[in-house]
Amino acid sequence: MLSFMGRSVVQKIVTLFFVSVLSFLIIHLAPGEPSQADPLNPKFTPEMVERFRKAFHLDKPLHIQYLYFYKNLFTGNLASWKDNQPVLPKIWERFLNSLPLFIVGTLITWTLSFPVGIRSAIRRGGAYDRTTTFLSYLLISIPGFFFAYILIILVVNSLHVPVIGMETFGMSGASFIRMIMDRVWHLLLPSVLAATGGIAILSRYVRSQMLEVEGQDYVRTARAKGLPAEQVHYKHALRNALLPFVTMFGLILPGLIGGSVIIESIFSWPGMGRMAYEAILARDYPIILTVNFISAVLVLAGTFVSDVLYMVVDPRIRL
Amino acid sequence: MAENTYRVPPREGPDFQAPSAPRKGRFEMAWEQLKDNKLALLGMAIFGIFFIVALAGLLLTSGTDPVLDPALIRLQEKLLPPLSKPHLEALTPEEVPELGIYLFGTDNLGRDVFARMLQGAWVSLTVGFVAVGLAVIIGIFLGGVAGYFGEKNIRRDQVGAAVVFLAGWVFLGASWFASGWAMIGLGLLYLVLASPLIHRRVLEKKGRPSGAAGLALGNALTMDTLIMRFVDVMLCFPSFFLILTVVALLPASIYNIMIVIGLTSWMGSARFVRAEFLSLREQDFVTAARALGVSDWRIIFRHMIPNAVAPVLVSATIGIATAILTEAGLSFLGFGVPPPHATWGNILSDGKSYIFDAPWLTFLPGTAILIVVLSFNLFGEGLRDVLNPKLRER
Repeated sequence: MLSFMGRSVVQKIVTLFFVSVLSFLIIHLAPGEPSQADPLNPKFTPEMVERFRKAFHLDKPLHIQYLYFYKNLFTGNLASWKDNQPVLPKIWERFLNSLPLFIVGTLITWTLSFPVGIRSAIRRGGAYDRTTTFLSYLLISIPGFFFAYILIILVVNSLHVPVIGMETFGMSGASFIRMIMDRVWHLLLPSVLAATGGIAILSRYVRSQMLEVEGQDYVRTARAKGLPAEQVHYKHALRNALLPFVTMFGLILPGLIGGSVIIESIFSWPGMGRMAYEAILARDYPIILTVNFISAVLVLAGTFVSDVLYMVVDPRIRL
Repeated sequence: MAENTYRVPPREGPDFQAPSAPRKGRFEMAWEQLKDNKLALLGMAIFGIFFIVALAGLLLTSGTDPVLDPALIRLQEKLLPPLSKPHLEALTPEEVPELGIYLFGTDNLGRDVFARMLQGAWVSLTVGFVAVGLAVIIGIFLGGVAGYFGEKNIRRDQVGAAVVFLAGWVFLGASWFASGWAMIGLGLLYLVLASPLIHRRVLEKKGRPSGAAGLALGNALTMDTLIMRFVDVMLCFPSFFLILTVVALLPASIYNIMIVIGLTSWMGSARFVRAEFLSLREQDFVTAARALGVSDWRIIFRHMIPNAVAPVLVSATIGIATAILTEAGLSFLGFGVPPPHATWGNILSDGKSYIFDAPWLTFLPGTAILIVVLSFNLFGEGLRDVLNPKLRER
């Protein structure tokens, strides 16, 4: 197990190196330069552009730029090109804003998908199963931004609560409970939206896992010896069907960054996705590359954690 | 009597026994299974309608003098609800809508939303098919090479030449043109001419030389390792974020979107094809074909790909749905097709400012995307059930 972990870590570091090279090349070889982001601005005289290029090492060859970039990233000296703020604290601040969305979204996903998936597996082919199947296809297929507007219309028209942004402007004088409720209302819609796709996919996955285990010989044996249905479903089948989901704790890590761009833009939520979107618009390469690098680290760490967890919970797997 | 023992069995007549092979072809069997799946059939039907609508949209809204002009601005007719009649007295004769009615209403510039939706249908269709087509071609090629030639080794000198070749492109990007082109030329020359020559003249005849030359000609890694590690690297990128970045950096064009979505979504099909090839490679019909002296490429294209294509077909159908959603998301954020051209995503994005006054500008394109994506997902899942031999009823 230790040797597997060692090999895996080395392999993942090599992968990470190639990811960093590739993302650097993609960004820097694309046409256009950050110094040309705003060509109509009269303040950008050629001398200004030249000074700008010198200050951010843009006049150096690519491999030197690459070394400068990752040296600065790891020593914490990397600064955004747009406002000269250090990148890591900036990302950390936005990350703290995204975190509640992610946590609430994940909680909604996990608490809803399991009961729905298990129930539709037990009543396979019934009305409940067919309805949830169709609903989950519907949720996978609906464009997030369209669904967001439907929900905004519904909530704003029927409940008369504000939903855009992180909090209502000018709430600082209000009582504590009012402020909490305001936060909750603002949090609700974006996190429900972040959870929709997850609920649909995860509940289907729970259903298929459950069905697979229900077809096993030991479940048939349990049923044949006359155990009550409840005990067969929840004690014999469910426990084994849950095994693969332990690994999913690792795989939800990358969800911290990806996929929130559109939802955070709609709700003006000052989180990481929105920051990444603004960085793309401003051609702020340090932010784009750092976000990309962090999310690659999260993907690799997630697969590593899930591999290790799988080995811990399933004694049949020995690598 | 001797010649009777060698008599050829009759080809017809009462003695003839019909061949006992299954009478139904693969597609016939698949169709019979698909017929029972109502949702998948519905998906297929909607897909057919969508195809016709998109084709009609291309014919009716393109050209210099289209039948339904999606870009014609009538400011006096703005934000009319669906099915409303045009105010004929306020319009010049060429501004009167061809249908005599605004079937889907008008937008904030008085453009006919029906014409714009038709124009957008073609965009969604082509983005879906071209992007997924590209992804499937790359996936089958890389997955097939990894699965079939996976055990072939790449020598260290070849790796070195490839690095020189790639570094040449980087140098070009840094505008060192002379050295860049020289490195690209050298690397390519070595890979294409010198390395097969070394293989034939040195390695096959004399074996690996000792010393430094032998070290340089040693095996570095296998094809399979190279390709699958590349897949791992590609999977590390957050896909929507990567697509957004590249599309924002490139000039706005529908073709760039198709290519970028295609280039970032081939990893799934590559993995499927590799897995299928690894198991097919060991089967008897492939061994038999090889024993008959059939060439590698003929085995791959004639014998293995038709057997490996089922999971790819399923993931491609669902991939089309994902690509349409991605394109709509990009248009919604304001990237992609340059403005006067309509897509479902940018109709919705333009209409969101009027969401309470003109909800049809949000709901029509949104529902259209939903229905098309849903139909592809349902059809793809139906195909998965049909093509999965484990679920097939015998």
